[in-house]
Parts: sequence; structure tokens; C-alpha cells
Amino acid sequence: MDRVKLATVWLGGCSGCHMSFLDMDEWLIDLAPRIDLVYSPLADVKEYPDGVDVALVEGAVANEENRHMAKVIRRRSKVVVSFGDCAVSGNVTAMRNPLGKSLEVLRTSYLLESAGTNPRLPDDREIVPVLLDKVLPLHAVIPVDHHLPGCPPPAARIRAIVEDLLAARTPIRTADQIRFG
Amino acid sequence: MNHDELERIAGAERTAAKPAEIRCCTSSGCRASGSADVLKQLKAAVQAKGLSDRVAAVGVGCPGLCSAGPVVSTHPGGAVFGKVTSGHADGIVSTLSGGSTDAVRIDPNQPFFAKQFRIVRATVGQIDPERIESYIAADGYAGLYQALQQRPDEIVANVTASGLRGRGGAGYPTGLKWATVAKMPPGQKYVICNGDEGDPGAFMDRSVMEDAPHQVLEGMAIAAYAVGANQGYVYVRAEYPLAIERLQAAIHQATKAGVLGGNIFQTPFEFKVEIRIGAGAFVCGEETALIASVQGLRGTPRPRPPYPAESGLWDRPTLINNVETFATIPAILRNGANWFAGIGTATSKGTKIFSLTGKVKNAGLVEVPMGTTLREVVEQLGGGTADGRAVKAVQTGGPSGGCIPADLLDTPIDYESLGRIGSIMGSGGMIVMDDTDRMPEVARFFMEFCADESCGKCVPCRVGTVQLHGLLTKLVEKRATRHDLDLLIELCHFVKDTSLCGLGQSAPNPVLSTLRYFAGEYEALLQPEEFARPPRRSAIPLTVL
Amino acid sequence: MAVVTLTIDDKPVSARAGDSVLAAAREAGIRIPTLCHLDGVSEAAACRLCLVQVEGRGRLQAACVTETAEGMIVRTQTDTLREYRRMILELLFTEGNHVCAVCVANGNCELQSLAAELGMDHVRYPYLNPARPVDVTHKQYAIDHNRCILCTRCVRTCDEIEGAHTWDVAGRGTLSHIVADMGQPWGESVTCTSCGKCVQACPTGALFRQGSTVAEMTKDREKLGDLVTARRDKKWTV
Ligand SMILES: Cc1cc2nc3c(=O)[nH]c(=O)nc-3n(C[C@H](O)[C@H](O)[C@H](O)COP(=O)(O)O)c2cc1C
Ligand code: SF4
Ligand code: SF4
Ligand code: SF4
Ligand code: FES
Repeated sequence: MDRVKLATVWLGGCSGCHMSFLDMDEWLIDLAPRIDLVYSPLADVKEYPDGVDVALVEGAVANEENRHMAKVIRRRSKVVVSFGDCAVSGNVTAMRNPLGKSLEVLRTSYLLESAGTNPRLPDDREIVPVLLDKVLPLHAVIPVDHHLPGCPPPAARIRAIVEDLLAARTPIRTADQIRFG
Repeated sequence: MNHDELERIAGAERTAAKPAEIRCCTSSGCRASGSADVLKQLKAAVQAKGLSDRVAAVGVGCPGLCSAGPVVSTHPGGAVFGKVTSGHADGIVSTLSGGSTDAVRIDPNQPFFAKQFRIVRATVGQIDPERIESYIAADGYAGLYQALQQRPDEIVANVTASGLRGRGGAGYPTGLKWATVAKMPPGQKYVICNGDEGDPGAFMDRSVMEDAPHQVLEGMAIAAYAVGANQGYVYVRAEYPLAIERLQAAIHQATKAGVLGGNIFQTPFEFKVEIRIGAGAFVCGEETALIASVQGLRGTPRPRPPYPAESGLWDRPTLINNVETFATIPAILRNGANWFAGIGTATSKGTKIFSLTGKVKNAGLVEVPMGTTLREVVEQLGGGTADGRAVKAVQTGGPSGGCIPADLLDTPIDYESLGRIGSIMGSGGMIVMDDTDRMPEVARFFMEFCADESCGKCVPCRVGTVQLHGLLTKLVEKRATRHDLDLLIELCHFVKDTSLCGLGQSAPNPVLSTLRYFAGEYEALLQPEEFARPPRRSAIPLTVL
Repeated sequence: MAVVTLTIDDKPVSARAGDSVLAAAREAGIRIPTLCHLDGVSEAAACRLCLVQVEGRGRLQAACVTETAEGMIVRTQTDTLREYRRMILELLFTEGNHVCAVCVANGNCELQSLAAELGMDHVRYPYLNPARPVDVTHKQYAIDHNRCILCTRCVRTCDEIEGAHTWDVAGRGTLSHIVADMGQPWGESVTCTSCGKCVQACPTGALFRQGSTVAEMTKDREKLGDLVTARRDKKWTV
């Protein structure tokens, strides 16, 4: 049997979902021979490859780079999973949205709330990706095949969906599989 | 008050009438274009010419052609002048004695006037709405007198036989509603006149309250007698100060004359009327919200049943009818149910007032028999579009209604026919659109109105209308894809099917009806999907019929 | 007491005349999701989650305010109803700012649980992200308007059970919001008796005890219903 090409991606999130992924502990050892981890913050790969079978995408779409990456993922992957609440709903990453557009958010954060001794807006456009005016859930930017809520999704939930996807089954969405928070 | 006195007042009024009359509209529309001043100048001109004993310059109600206001007419002769300024006063007075004026003459025989059939507005433009004597001279309160000669159940039977249906929007049979309230056990009952009139662009009820306040009160009194109520309320929005003022004056005069209050026409029948002023929320026109508002509560609808007829104001049986419905009643009493049932179509009897607005030449109020076609109203009475462009659609029913395309203009105006083509009779708003109007934008306008006016009680309407407005905005701004259009249609069905009251239930109608007839305009705005989407799986159909 | 028999989801059910379809269904062990319903207070019929199909009626009916009737045939679980219920939840999640992960009610929230139960795993409409305040002026409790779903359970509880009528709704449409007294900070309310019943009544993390952090705000909603029943049946042990 061909190994399934698995990618995990970290967009605007805290990496908690990836930590939870690692919490699958010994099952990771069962998983390893069945997949090729072709792209992941856990592996040192620079370029998102073509022909990915399953992509687990953590994090919301918060800046231009996230948005660009989301589209690359969609073009090069068969199945895209919103991995965790930030990808599914924006969640904590989107808590800045009620503050206003990006400039107001930056002003609030860098000049008003935590000005420090040398208040200054970050302006290194070349280095820091430009923030989107509104943090978006992944499916607002690209079509998403499956949603795996949870902040982070518990390891058992991740395992259940990954098992289903490896077996090319439609994931079972019982109430305990899709709880936010 | 008794019958003889009614006759005596009418007689005196007729005798006092001067041989010639100059009538100047003093209702809201013409007032806004300066008619108060015009009337003052007309009176001064009559005096200056020493004609005071033969000519009277009087204020009257709205003759309907508001787009030509201020409107003045001279009698005998019936010449009509439009866009009159105080500078025209002298000239107009002189026309009574063969003189001339450079004021714009309006053909009184043009279809706008000739094709109307006036029951509700029969006296409007003829009598002085501020004087009860003027109303009595035009057969006013004769209907109430006749009603009091009958048993209440006879009146209910009469109204049922007339085939009258509610003019507030839903077209519920008036007789049936009266019968329900009448059948509730005796005890405290109420009559409420719904003068909230919140549809954007509609002003039929305002004009009836301003121009025929006594007729509304008479209708309410007849209803109160028929259902066994002794207290009435007229609910008017605060934006209608003139209506409030005239109703207040009318209540005062009628009470003094003994046609309201206690011992009406020297019978034991007693009926008091008070005005309740609303803050102008559209939803307060919904009957249960209106009742809450009268009680001093937050104006939000509650689920029905129980219907107000069983449990309404302060949990008592309450008859609530629209202004125009009540104003139709006196004529039915005077002329008989058969007369009324002879006008209109099989299921829709009598006449209906429309406020004709939008891209139409003759904007204003028209009263036509049910069964008149939309084409007759728009093209003949309305005179087509102002600049000769093609009529594209007619919107009836306001934010709850639909857009009817030009090729269906031969549809007769009746409750069922309009319903069949995806619109509603509504309360009488009629907006004419030409080929420069973009239907998705029209739909968005009405959705914005609904989102603003949603009371916020139930989730589908409170949030659904906001999301619908967002989707329509995305569409109009050419940012939407097929997926968004699917979401839009699905959400329309959802809001329609799940909202608590009529506001939410009908809010998607302008979208659905424009999608039905002008789908191409929506399609043309769609952007290609950047990525293929999996096929849609939903139990909610994407049909818009 | 008169009894009526009806059919709910093909199951014959008997109910006391005057009972709502919701009550009858519950008694028969049939679950109809609800949010604005709260045992012990009047119905608002505002959330529309309990909508069911009643044979012969054109419109969907809210089970919480629909009286049972002899021979009535009710369906609570059609595909359309399931879809519509999910849409209600989606709309609620777009309207406020719900971040379950950092919410005091995480794990004890009816909205959160319903989303899981009804299979609402993502929201297809844009989040509205309103700027809403948090009022922490009360000594013991607080209200976070970001989590409020305007179910008015607090309003009805305070009015009908405590008799204080501190809470009411102000504003219109999606600008509607819960206010204390005439709109002053909760801590300055002259009618609030600090009984905390509203906090218990609230289905979400909107009303909470001060000092609760994430997931700490557990609620005991049955208590309110029990209190009303006890009062009605005069079950006081003095
Ligand atoms: C959102 C909404 C607004 C309404 N506004 C009005 C109104 O302004 N005037 C009116 O007469 N009826 C209005 N209605 C209809 C009333 O609820 C009620 O049906 C009507 O007043 C009954 O009178 P009728 O039988 O004479 O038509 C409205 C209904 C809804 C749902
Ligand atoms: S449909 Fe709209 S106006 Fe009617 S109760 Fe619901 S929120 Fe209020
Ligand atoms: S109130 Fe409920 S749904 Fe909202 S954030 Fe808190 S836990 Fe989540
Ligand atoms: S504060 Fe809680 S109980 Fe009150 S309306 Fe909001 S969500 Fe409902
Ligand atoms: S529980 Fe019935 S409408 Fe909310």
C-alpha cells in the first residue's frame, strides 16, 4: 500500500494543535510507517510539495503570508482539514477583530495598551507579513473538506479523524468529535 | 346627538356653503411644499377682492397628486392647479370671474383622477378635515347612526357579507375577525386602529388619518358596537404630527357632538377613543408588538395563538384593524354589503389605496377598485415613467413584498393574484422601477431596512437579515461566487420559515422575487470560484418559486 | 384532568391538555433542542431551535409554545429541521464573540454543547465581531455581552422568579442588548438583589460569578425550575 502523504501546517495559531498531535504518543509509532510526513513544522521542509493526500492546517488566516500559504495548500492537496478552533473559527487569533482593522489593532497594541518606553508601530514590511484587516477562519479563504474543532482538539479526536482519512473513510462526526473549546 | 340633529348640522353646513369655493390641500405632502402659505394668500386675495360673501378659500385633504403639490382647485368648475405658490393666489381667485392665472393647470379629467374609484377617500379633497360639520354634511356619522339601529350581530353579518378584507397587509376577512371578538364572552374588550404605517414610501394611512379622521373614528365606533367594546385606541407613529393633531381634534369634536363618548346617539352605547403615539419602529405595526407598545412594554411580537381577538390588550379580547379597513366601514353601513360586494373581484372586494412612487410620472395616492390591473395603475393613472424610460418592474408590499416584472403588469390587483406571482398586496406601497434600477440593489435596500427594523427578539430575523444583507452587499460589489448565491437562497428560505413574526417571515420576499424574475442580474454579478468546491449537500432547496 | 394523545416522531404520546409539545416530547423521552426555554419561567419562543413540523400546519411551530392537541402528528427530526437548527447556531456564533477556549463557561455552556450535539462544526457566514463591553461593576457577578445570545432567560428569571425586574432588553435588531435597570452599570442597579438567579439561568458564559476563570463557571439551572415548583406546591420546610 502506498504511504499516505501527510502535511501539517501552522498558520495563525499557537502550535497547541501540533502539541496535541504529538500527544498521540505511541500511536505515532503505528502511524509512522503508514505516512510520509511531506511537510510540517515538525519536519524541516522548505517548500510545500505537490500531491499531498491529507493536510492538517492549524491556525487562522491572519496575514498575507497565511493567505498565500492557504491557497498553495489547497492547490497541492487532496484533502484539507481545518485543524483546531483557530483554523475552524478564528478563535483566539481572531480576538483582535472587534478592535477594528489592522492599523487600529496595531495602534491599540503597540501605542496604547503596551506602549513601553519607545512606542513604535512595526513597519518592517519585508520581514513581518502584513496583517489582514480581519482574521479569517481557513474555510473563508479556501474550501475545506473537514473541520476538527477543539482548542486544542484532544489527541483521541485527532487520531480518530486521521484514521478515517488514512482509510479513505468519511470521518464520523459524533458530538464528542466536534466540540469547540 | 340624534338623527334630526345630524340632519340639522348637515343642512346648516350646506346652507352656509358659499356659491364658490377655492380648495387648497393642507395635508402633509402639500404642506411640505408650502401650502399653508398658499391658503393664507388665497384667503387674503378673496378678502382683498371683496368676494368674501360669495367665495370661500378652504383647506381640504390631499387630492392625491402629491408630485404636483401644492394643489389647489376651484369650484364650481373643478379646475385644478398644481405647484401653486402664494404668488399665484390672486390669479387663481380671479379665474372664478373669468380672469386668468399663470399657475400650472392640471387636467381634472386625466386618468389619474378619472380612473379612480373612491370609497375611502370619497370626501377627501372635498371637505375640511378639521371640522366635524364638514364631515357630517358629507353623510358623516350616518353609518354609525344606522349601525345603532341594528343588532351587533347583524352588523357583523353585514361586514362579513361585504367581503371586506383587512387592508393592513395580510387580507384577513374583516367580518370573521369581528365575529371572533364579538363571540368572546362579554366584558372588557378593546378596539385598536393600527396607524403605525411603517413601510418605506407608503403614506396611504397617513393621508386617511389626516384627511378623514372622523371617518376612521366612525368606523371604529361601528366596530366597537358590533364587537361589544367600549374603549378604543388609535396607534399613530410620532412622525405623523398632523395626523395626530387632526385625530385629536376629531376625537374632541366627536365627543362634544355625542358621537363618541357616552350615550352615543342617545343610546346606552359608550365608546371612548384615545391616541397612542408610537416611536416609529416598523415592527410596532405588527399587532402583538403594537399591543405590547400600547401597554407601555417593549414593542416586540409574541407568538400567536392566542390571537388578539381572544387575548389582546391587557389580555382582553381586542379587535385590531388597519386605518383603511376602519375607514371603509361607514360606507358599507350606509350603502349596504351588496353594494360593496359588487365592487372588485370574486375574492377581493371594494377598493384599495396605493401610494404610487418611484420612477412614475404621477406620484401620489390612488384609490382603485380591486381587479384593476397593475398596468392600468402604472401606465394610465401613473402616466408611465417620468422620463419615458421603460417600466422594468413594480414593487408592491414594501419590505415584505415582491418585484413584479413588466411582462406581468396585466395581473389584476387582488390578494390571490399578487400572491401567485410572488408578491403581496401589502398595505399599499407601489414603487415603479425603470430599466436603470438594478434588482439586486433593490433587494439589498429592503434587506437593510429589515435588518434595521428587526426587533431583535428571534435569532433568524435578528441575525439572518444582517447576514443576508452582507451576502447581498458582497454580491452587489461583485465579490460573490456561486457558493455565496447558494448561501443566500438557503438563508432566505431559513429566515422565511423560522422567524417568529411577519417581519422576518417576509423579509426575504424582495430577494426571492427578484431572483425569480431577474436571476440573470444576479448571475451577471457572480465571480468565478477560485477553487473547485465539493457538491452542495443540503436538505434546503435552491428553488425560489 | 383531560388528556390528549398525539404522535411525535411516530411514537404515540399522551399529554395533559394544555401541555406544550415540548413538554409532551420530553415526558416521552424525545429530545427537542432548546435554548430560550427555561423550566420555571414563561416562554419567549425566540431562539426557534425547538421548531417542529406539525402535520396540517403550513408553518413550522415552536414546540415550546405549541399546545398539544388530540390526534396531532409531530415530527421533530426532519432533514430540513436539522439543517435549520444548525443554521440558528451558526448565526448565533457569528453574532457575538464566542471564544470557547477562553470562556468562563467552556464545558458548561448550552450553546457550545448544542453545536456539538447538532453537528455544527463550522460556521459558513462571516463573523460579525461586534465591539461589545463587559460589565464588572457588580460586587459578585459580571456580564460579558460578547457571549450573550439574547435568549432573555435572565430577564424572565429576574422578573418572574425574583420579582426584581432588573434586566431588560434595549436596542433593536442585532444592536439589542441586555441592560440593568435603565441602562446603568449593573453595580449601580437599585433593583438588583444580588440573588444570582440570572447567573444560574444564563445558558452561556455571558453571566458569571466574578473570579471565575476559563471553564470555571458551572451552573445549576434545574434549581430555578425546582424553586418554582416548590413555591407552587408550597413545599417549604420551615
Ligand atoms: C412587521 C409588520 C408590520 C406591520 N405593520 C402594519 C402597519 O403599519 N399597519 C397595519 O395596519 N398593519 C400592519 N401589520 C399587520 C398587523 O399585524 C395586523 O395584521 C393588521 O393591523 C390587522 O388589520 P387588518 O385586518 O385591518 O389588516 C404589520 C404586520 C407586520 C408583521
Ligand atoms: S421576526 Fe424579526 S421582528 Fe419579528 S419577532 Fe423575530 S426578530 Fe422580531
Ligand atoms: S458562551 Fe459558550 S459558545 Fe460562547 S464562547 Fe463561551 S463556551 Fe463558547
Ligand atoms: S445574559 Fe445570558 S441569560 Fe441573559 S440574554 Fe444573554 S445569554 Fe441569555
Ligand atoms: S425553546 Fe422554543 S423557541 Fe427557544
